[in-house]
Amino acid sequence: MTTLTLSRALNEGLRKALENDPKVLIMGEDVGKLGGVFRVTDGLMKDFGENRVIDTPLAESGIVGTAIGLALRGYRPVCEIQFDGFVYPAVDQIVSQLAKMRYRSLGNVALPVVIRIPCGGGIGAVEHHSESPEVLFTHTAGLRVVACADAADAFTMIQQSVSCDDPVIFFEPKRRYWDKGEVDTAAGVADALPLDRARVALEGADVTLLCYGPLVRTCLESAIAAREDGRSVEVVDLRSLSPLDTEVITASVRKTGRCVVAHEAPVYAGLGAEIAARVTEQCFYCLEAPVLRVGGFHTPYPPSRLEEHYLPDLDRILDAVDRTFGY
Amino acid sequence: MTVREEENAGTAPAIGRDELLTLYEQMEVIRRTEKAAHDLFLSGLVKGTTHLAAGHEAVAVGASAALQPGDYVFATYRGHHHAIARGAAPAECLAELMSKGTGLCKAKGGSMHLTKASAGMLGSYAIVGAHLPMAVGAAWSAKLRDSGEVAVAFFGDGATNIGAFHEALNLAAIWSLPVLFVCENNLYMEYTPIGAVTPVGRPAADRAPAYGLPAEVVDGNDVVLVAEAVARAAARARAGAGPTVLETLTYRHFGHSRTDPAKYRPAEELQQWLQRDPLNLARQRLTSAGVPEAALTAAADRAAAVVAAAVEEAKAAPPPDPEDAFTDMWADGGSAWRT
Ligand SMILES: Cc1ncc(C[n+]2csc(CCOP(=O)(O)OP(=O)(O)O)c2C)c(N)n1
Ligand SMILES: [Mg+2]
Repeated sequence: MTTLTLSRALNEGLRKALENDPKVLIMGEDVGKLGGVFRVTDGLMKDFGENRVIDTPLAESGIVGTAIGLALRGYRPVCEIQFDGFVYPAVDQIVSQLAKMRYRSLGNVALPVVIRIPCGGGIGAVEHHSESPEVLFTHTAGLRVVACADAADAFTMIQQSVSCDDPVIFFEPKRRYWDKGEVDTAAGVADALPLDRARVALEGADVTLLCYGPLVRTCLESAIAAREDGRSVEVVDLRSLSPLDTEVITASVRKTGRCVVAHEAPVYAGLGAEIAARVTEQCFYCLEAPVLRVGGFHTPYPPSRLEEHYLPDLDRILDAVDRTFGY
Repeated sequence: MTVREEENAGTAPAIGRDELLTLYEQMEVIRRTEKAAHDLFLSGLVKGTTHLAAGHEAVAVGASAALQPGDYVFATYRGHHHAIARGAAPAECLAELMSKGTGLCKAKGGSMHLTKASAGMLGSYAIVGAHLPMAVGAAWSAKLRDSGEVAVAFFGDGATNIGAFHEALNLAAIWSLPVLFVCENNLYMEYTPIGAVTPVGRPAADRAPAYGLPAEVVDGNDVVLVAEAVARAAARARAGAGPTVLETLTYRHFGHSRTDPAKYRPAEELQQWLQRDPLNLARQRLTSAGVPEAALTAAADRAAAVVAAAVEEAKAAPPPDPEDAFTDMWADGGSAWRT
């Protein structure tokens, strides 16, 4: 086991992917010489050369379009979008082409493209740099959407995403890039938890807290704080947002009878709405309370000095947990 | 005088000594505001990022001098100089950077979105290239209304590789719109030299012929040359002759953003450009036009006093009201039910 930051764990995972398959390429703005603005690709150009780690022009639509062309010809490009808000110029390529090509070609074309997106707020970086656009992609059939929450998952999930034959939108929790965790860099990914499975991050008995990406840490902290009130909270890290692992979700809710979903993205029409509907449909007779949601407000990302009001924190999450006991 | 200046003599209004002194003072205000923003950032008082335009002053001030009050300006996240050149006060700009309630946009924009519509500053945009088609639309509105106004889009060298740049040039060209595309070529797209990711030497000017547009490469550190070039292009646009691409050559004195120390830039290159500091060039022009040293010092002192007061004002300003995060969302003014 080695202690790595989440960003370093991604770096090690990408390094493994580059080593294991000569068809893997990395492309994006400043990913080469600089190593990416969050240094996730640090040193990779030096070690794998300019033909495999490519500093591209500023052109998100062009980057993803080019990656699709490379994938059509057998490559496995990994594109870095510098910040969440810069993916929009590429949305046409992602939604209209990347997601649909397999379907359109009757399964003859695979597009193993990974789009890495640092997401979420909490670093004082205002709009375009703090957004959580995951539902744009979960709503699009044909894309896998995943979110890692800690260093160990970052290391394995990025490798699984690169070797996956579907396009993967890979969300990285940017305010957790510097969080450290234990990673077994010698372990292969074959025995790891599959990419499309959720994970019980902390067992509990009274209420299920569903979360992903940057809020996993916040939810774990909330669960520990809730112990003081005598509440036993089970925290489930969804990991895969599309497809959703309803098996793990419903097993947990059937056990606890209560469910809260937390994400940074606005509550309105967010992933929590889909999960609440599914849990209600599938666990109706086990529920002691309606499924509650905690998330961002339905506004643009707010001024930097107000972001702590916007981002779900311990207080808001614990308040929702409490409310599930009030029915 | 260069051949080009001789050719164009008479087509642009000459900038007199007094006006040049005013332009110099504006550049001093911008330079000092940027320096203040840098210091405030380093002392932790700017929450969010900053992209400073120190070094680019002559582009904003020169262009502004050649434009009319009714013209529209669209800038990028590196746009403090344009906001100030168009009339925004340093205090409201610094307050915006510091996420204060008295900021130009009540802190909802931050450093990257300085906007002052009342001064024809129709915004700063942080999605690279996004505002070029918008400037085309604004120019189209001017044409439809036959208003004689021109729209100006300022953008970086890096923006010339995104589709929006090409779409905007094409649209403006086919409709012969009164729009100026002004590239602030500072040699770098963030940390990458523009030459490494662009197949032509002049990323904006060399692309213009493909859209049948005239282009000029301009010394972007000389406020007089910028003003003259913008005046020529604006006159052409107002006369119905359509868009022009201007590529101004300049250099940023700070790193790309935040605390970037810009180590990727060769020392000789930096030295060369610092010698061509737009403020020095303006001072040289003023001195050779006979303006006494004392007048230059007085202008710089006035600028320093304005910025020092602005810093204090912005520091003392209150933070935004959390309730403000919910205002101005929908036409009916509401938002609560939608959270
Ligand atoms: C669509 C988009 N992609 C990436 C970014 C991140 N980014 C911000 S500025 C920048 C470089 C822009 O360079 P240039 O156009 O030369 O302008 P300069 O910063 O030099 O003024 C990049 C890559 C962005 N803001 N928008
Ligand atoms: Mg540039």
